[in-house]
Amino acid sequence: MAEAMIEFQNVTKQYQGGQAAVDGLTMSIDKGAITVFVGPSGCGKTTSLRMINRMVEPTSGVITVGGADITSVPAPQLRRSMGYVMQSSGLMPHRSVLDNIATVPRLNGVSKADARKRAQELLDVVGLASSLGKRYPSQLSGGQQQRVGVARALAADPPVLLMDEPFSAVDPVVRDELQQELLRLQRDLAKTIVFVTHDIDEATVLGDKVAVFGLGGKLAQYAAPEEILRAPANDFVASFVGRDRGFRHLGFSPSDGVTIHPVRPVTPEQLRQEGSSGDWRLVVDDALRPLGWAGPGPAGAEPVMVAGGSLFRKGDTLRRALDAALSSPSGFGVAVDDDGRAAGLIAAAEVLAVIESDRNIRHGGL
Amino acid sequence: MEWFLANSAEVFSLAGQHLVLAILPMIFGVIIAVPLAQLGRQNRGLRSVVLTGSSLLYTIPSLALFIILPTILGTRILDPVNVVVALTIYAVALLVRAALDAFDSVDEDLRQSAVAMGFKPFARFMQIDLPLSLPVLFAGLRVVSVSNISLVSVAALLGIGNLGMLFTSGLQRDFVTEVVVGIIAILILALLMDSILVLLERLLTPWTRAAAASGAGTDAGTGQAKPGTAAAALRLSRPEAGGGTA
Repeated sequence: MAEAMIEFQNVTKQYQGGQAAVDGLTMSIDKGAITVFVGPSGCGKTTSLRMINRMVEPTSGVITVGGADITSVPAPQLRRSMGYVMQSSGLMPHRSVLDNIATVPRLNGVSKADARKRAQELLDVVGLASSLGKRYPSQLSGGQQQRVGVARALAADPPVLLMDEPFSAVDPVVRDELQQELLRLQRDLAKTIVFVTHDIDEATVLGDKVAVFGLGGKLAQYAAPEEILRAPANDFVASFVGRDRGFRHLGFSPSDGVTIHPVRPVTPEQLRQEGSSGDWRLVVDDALRPLGWAGPGPAGAEPVMVAGGSLFRKGDTLRRALDAALSSPSGFGVAVDDDGRAAGLIAAAEVLAVIESDRNIRHGGL
Repeated sequence: MEWFLANSAEVFSLAGQHLVLAILPMIFGVIIAVPLAQLGRQNRGLRSVVLTGSSLLYTIPSLALFIILPTILGTRILDPVNVVVALTIYAVALLVRAALDAFDSVDEDLRQSAVAMGFKPFARFMQIDLPLSLPVLFAGLRVVSVSNISLVSVAALLGIGNLGMLFTSGLQRDFVTEVVVGIIAILILALLMDSILVLLERLLTPWTRAAAASGAGTDAGTGQAKPGTAAAALRLSRPEAGGGTA
């Protein structure tokens, strides 16, 4: 049983005249883990997050952090012990990137030179070039600004990180990158992170635990993401998790049983010399990294290369294996090794067979 | 020109007095208007009182104010303090509105994030609201500067030393040259003050130009590879991100 860092005890937030935004919330948030609050808009997930650093004061109930009631210290002091990242980066446009990152240490009385030195290190931690430190926030892309936002939240090395839909305003490719980056950071830092999102995919990718909020500010289910996908507590959670939950759940299943067949790839030069043949052929560069597929054609004709599907890496989940096979034009997913070199092929039918046998084992065992 | 050369020492001395009479009210105006606007922002009722009050102040004719003030302040009619107080009232009237607009222009998300980082209200005001309000505040200051420089000349009617005296004495003596020199000197003074304000604003708000110069941000800093070869062109995303194409 993990140690609790943040506890809500029967917390209710009622706005004047309106319905309860949060209704009798009791939950315990694990130390050193990512807990995701997810739910439709108006479900109280953001209000719950903002009650932790007293941006919103609860109508009734008690919240404790590290065992202490959050009202036992002045609000500004409490907030400096929690990093905060929001959807719009919230960076100060009139201060350089470095000074933005140095904000909370400066508020805590750290000297300008020391705070900047720390900020410079943090740029590296969040994967930004140190030359960006002197720029103003408006000179960065949206994804870079969010990275600076994360660096700023980490600057005073707070034990708790509150993240309010931090990645929802960036494009999907950058979001995916930022999510992976956050997971990588978390492996090193082991902060207690509370993350709000309306995207169930993001919740299951990031969360060690996921709290699904229902309408009226009630907690509908609070469990590991795998369990929420496999066994939604009620109809609301099932419908919120969506029709793809069966497919998403594969994201938690290991792909050990999937057979990787040997492949004989060709380089673009070899392909040009040999011309088309009756089969799909995998095209790789000189370092054996996959480039795409050459389609079948009449013998001797100029071969046409098409872009391939997603890649499967040994140790990936069944979801990735199935996606690699289904997204490949040839019907065969490409497996690569850790250096990105083509290592073999996987077939969609075989992946499905593994899924089927896993299911039988799980249900047979019950 | 001849007249100007012969009397340049006097013109410069008048210009100096003119400047002091115009600049002091600007400084006092900022010192009074900014806290007043900040008060007005915290309360809806107070806001309308502050706004209506400042508009009303601005409608009082300047000559009347120059004459009434000595009675209220207990100063002599020729005391320059009267001019400074009167022009400060006008400066406040103009700047309160500008400052309120300026504070309203600060992004609400930014304010929220400042609260979340643990800024106390006064520190937040000094470090975030005030610097970000500078562009709008300076626009207000430039209006005040021009208005003050022109209004100071009215005080010459009462015999308070400034460039306006070139008008009064020129008119009395029916000597056009003196009036023209006065007009040109006031114009130059107004232009000079405006340039100084523009320069000061540029110095104090370097970030506004950085944003304009760069336009949209770039991804250069994240180390994204430029697709140079055919091989790179086919790999749609970074290989280490686990995506890639095959």
